[in-house]
Amino acid sequence: MNMLGMFCIRACSGLVGCRTATRVRSLHSLPGITVAQIDEEVAKLLQLKAQLGGDDGKHQFVLKTAKGTRDYNPKQMAIREKVFNTIIGCFKRHGAETIDTPVFELKETLTGKYGEDSKLIYDLKDQGGELLSLRYDLTVPFARYLAMNKITNIKRYHIAKVYRRDNPAMTRGRYREFYQCDFDIAGQYDAMIPDAECLKIVHEILSELDLGDFRIKVNDRRILDGMFAVCGVPDDKFRTICSTVDKLDKLPWEEVKKEMVNEKGLSEEAADQIGEYVSMQGGMDLAERLLQDQKMSQSKQACAGLSDIKLLFSYLQLFQVTDKVVFDLSLARGLDYYTGIIYEAVLTQAGVAPVTTDAQNGAPSEESVSVGSVAGGGRYDGLVGMFDPKGRKVPCVGVSIGIERVFSIMEQKAEASAEKVRTTEVQVMVASAQKNLLEEKLKLITELWNAGIKAEVMYKKNPKLLSQLQHCEESGIPLVAILGEQELKDGVVKLRVVATREEVDISRADLIGEIRRRTSEA
Amino acid sequence: MQIDEEVAKLLQLKAQLGGDDGKHQFVLKTAKGTRDYNPKQMAIREKVFNTIIGCFKRHGAETIDTPVFELKETLTGKYGEDSKLIYDLKDQGGELLSLRYDLTVPFARYLAMNKITNIKRYHIAKVYRRDNPAMTRGRYREFYQCDFDIAGQYDAMIPDAECLKIVHEILSELDLGDFRIKVNDRRILDGMFAVCGVPDDKFRTICSTVDKLDKLPWEEVKKEMVNEKGLSEEAADQIGEYVSMQGGMDLAERLLQDQKMSQSKQACAGLSDIKLLFSYLQLFQVTDKASAEKVRTTEVQVMVASAQKNLLEEKLKLITELWNAGIKAEVMYKKNPKLLSQLQHCEESGIPLVAILGEQELKDGVVKLRVVATREEVQLIHNTHTVSLLAHGRMT
Repeated sequence: MNMLGMFCIRACSGLVGCRTATRVRSLHSLPGITVAQIDEEVAKLLQLKAQLGGDDGKHQFVLKTAKGTRDYNPKQMAIREKVFNTIIGCFKRHGAETIDTPVFELKETLTGKYGEDSKLIYDLKDQGGELLSLRYDLTVPFARYLAMNKITNIKRYHIAKVYRRDNPAMTRGRYREFYQCDFDIAGQYDAMIPDAECLKIVHEILSELDLGDFRIKVNDRRILDGMFAVCGVPDDKFRTICSTVDKLDKLPWEEVKKEMVNEKGLSEEAADQIGEYVSMQGGMDLAERLLQDQKMSQSKQACAGLSDIKLLFSYLQLFQVTDKVVFDLSLARGLDYYTGIIYEAVLTQAGVAPVTTDAQNGAPSEESVSVGSVAGGGRYDGLVGMFDPKGRKVPCVGVSIGIERVFSIMEQKAEASAEKVRTTEVQVMVASAQKNLLEEKLKLITELWNAGIKAEVMYKKNPKLLSQLQHCEESGIPLVAILGEQELKDGVVKLRVVATREEVDISRADLIGEIRRRTSEA
Repeated sequence: MQIDEEVAKLLQLKAQLGGDDGKHQFVLKTAKGTRDYNPKQMAIREKVFNTIIGCFKRHGAETIDTPVFELKETLTGKYGEDSKLIYDLKDQGGELLSLRYDLTVPFARYLAMNKITNIKRYHIAKVYRRDNPAMTRGRYREFYQCDFDIAGQYDAMIPDAECLKIVHEILSELDLGDFRIKVNDRRILDGMFAVCGVPDDKFRTICSTVDKLDKLPWEEVKKEMVNEKGLSEEAADQIGEYVSMQGGMDLAERLLQDQKMSQSKQACAGLSDIKLLFSYLQLFQVTDKASAEKVRTTEVQVMVASAQKNLLEEKLKLITELWNAGIKAEVMYKKNPKLLSQLQHCEESGIPLVAILGEQELKDGVVKLRVVATREEVQLIHNTHTVSLLAHGRMT
């Protein structure tokens, strides 16, 4: 293609520039001509060239992707496919459907949904039509989809890329285009059953992905609010105290208390009372204890949350996942639209990979801390109502898997392990030991393709056997079907196992069956 | 006027307050030229992708992915007149960006950036074009492209033939009905124009007129060539003779012997390659040319149901066993659902089996398995063997 040529020529532009500079320097010695004048002339010519544009010449461009974005090469795609298959397999096992939405929404759809984060939204240029913005997450499009189609009940997963113009100074290393992997159950149901199934799904996914040990922390918005109330936090400070408590996963209690008292104006007494509660972790027993707690039981809200936590744990026991689930009063999460249960899954293995503070925020920053969040979510009953013209409520509970974090862990694992990541699934290389056998090879490979076997042949009329075998080693192809003149006369094909170098002659008629047998055993 | 002003100020203030307070001004729609995919459409889409990707993989292709937007300069100057259809991102103080218009320019950038000389890759992803609705009514502005490309220096026509083999396999497997793959060569076209007397500088424009033959009859195409593009009637007639020709390797042979055509070296090179191509296509066996299934949107195999009240706990225990064995199963989010509702859900979702628990069955240690389609019921002992039979699909 011509285009490739254009890119390659541009890549050499650096050299061209050097030669021009040399010429300019030597011209400088000529009387009456300055470098500045020459620069001016060159600039004029370049401008003229740019105007001519079109398909004629070489173009100005830099060979890079936009800041905060990256290509996925075949190895990364192979890892990505494996991860998606595991995750989607789990969603399907639980009866979820999937939808897809456009990459951009009407700007007004996204306006007012993200609070302070709104400044991170990518807008499209006003080109005379509707004002558009790239989607910031998958939850708002989901709510729009439900309201638009008047859907009251759905169990859906959605895996797609989202876009955030993160400020590089604040969040170094974070991507601006990254995958989100959401699972949500929308609809009015009996309490805590769907909530428990979400946790079961997180447990299944994290176990199957084999990322090491993990914990799923669980709390409830009503318990947090109730706790603040009985500890003497003024109503109007709930949110801001909440976001301070949220920092407990990164900062020690001393610092968090300091922020509450010094910056947020909380009384030291209230802070201490909060401190007692947020250090508590446990299971159903903790919920029981708190229901008996003199102070906590004064809050109706907290009691409702605690009863639901008990109910949740009873279901989790039946789902056999209580081993990794912890009721943790310090879990706060960005609580803007959560109304009930909230949860976050963390890997317990210390810092193999960098950390992300919020599973919904995409790729990790470069600071390495031992805590790593890989999933998060909760119940949010009020969001869809915001989109519905009549304000009809559709309760929702869901989870977002921090899939970029998972990719980077899997990529590191692949690098560390001796095993090669294959980028193709070819099972058989069709090769020749002598010249002039292309026709026979093409006939054979057609039989293999027609039988659904994944096979490759070199695009050369007379390739050397060694090159063909080398290609197998590089690509990880396990078998070679070698044709030779004698073999053709005898009606056989030499089948070679790349790993062991064993060779065996198989009759043409039995070849496909033999290949199937060997590749299914693998 | 003053009232309008005040209302506008208040609305602006409200928008600024944003957040979670009230209902917001919104229109419930997707952007023009874009649409959601509902679960049925996604199920169909998944089937199609599986078929196509299966074929690409069978031929040893890898896949890559690129960002949805590129630096504006990367796309500038690559699309000629179509450049006005590119979606730009707003200048928000950083790099100037545009949404990708196709997958080929990103591919070329990827190859150059990574200094790759050989690759066989497929790429399935959405691209973006601000089509003018008046011209192209009904066309989407966000749509999938599915590209397969072989890059690299190889012996002539082998990769070209494999591309055609892949198209043939895909269209056959997708079961869309009969199809034809038309083949030609740029060098043959240019050679033909040359020997028919088309001036060099008119090649491109005559070419785009000839391209309209799939939509317009020859008379109109000839009229455009002569009246609008200034071609001599004689040249147009000569072109007319050639473009009516169709065939296989035999046609390429004939044209190589054609007195006029054989004068063009370019055309002969193209014709020889067409012959070579057809010889490979013969070896690839491609030289020749539904019951209304209910589309399911989920893959659930078993519905766990109850015939009486207070069996939620038992249902949850059973479904856990099924999930742990990898079986796709569902249960209703109700403590005491009616059996009829549960069965209705199976019908609507296309779930083939129901595992029904009842108090007597629990005492006896059995589970009633019902086939939704036939309504037959069979009692099975509730043990790991049964679960494993279900897992291996031996129950239908």
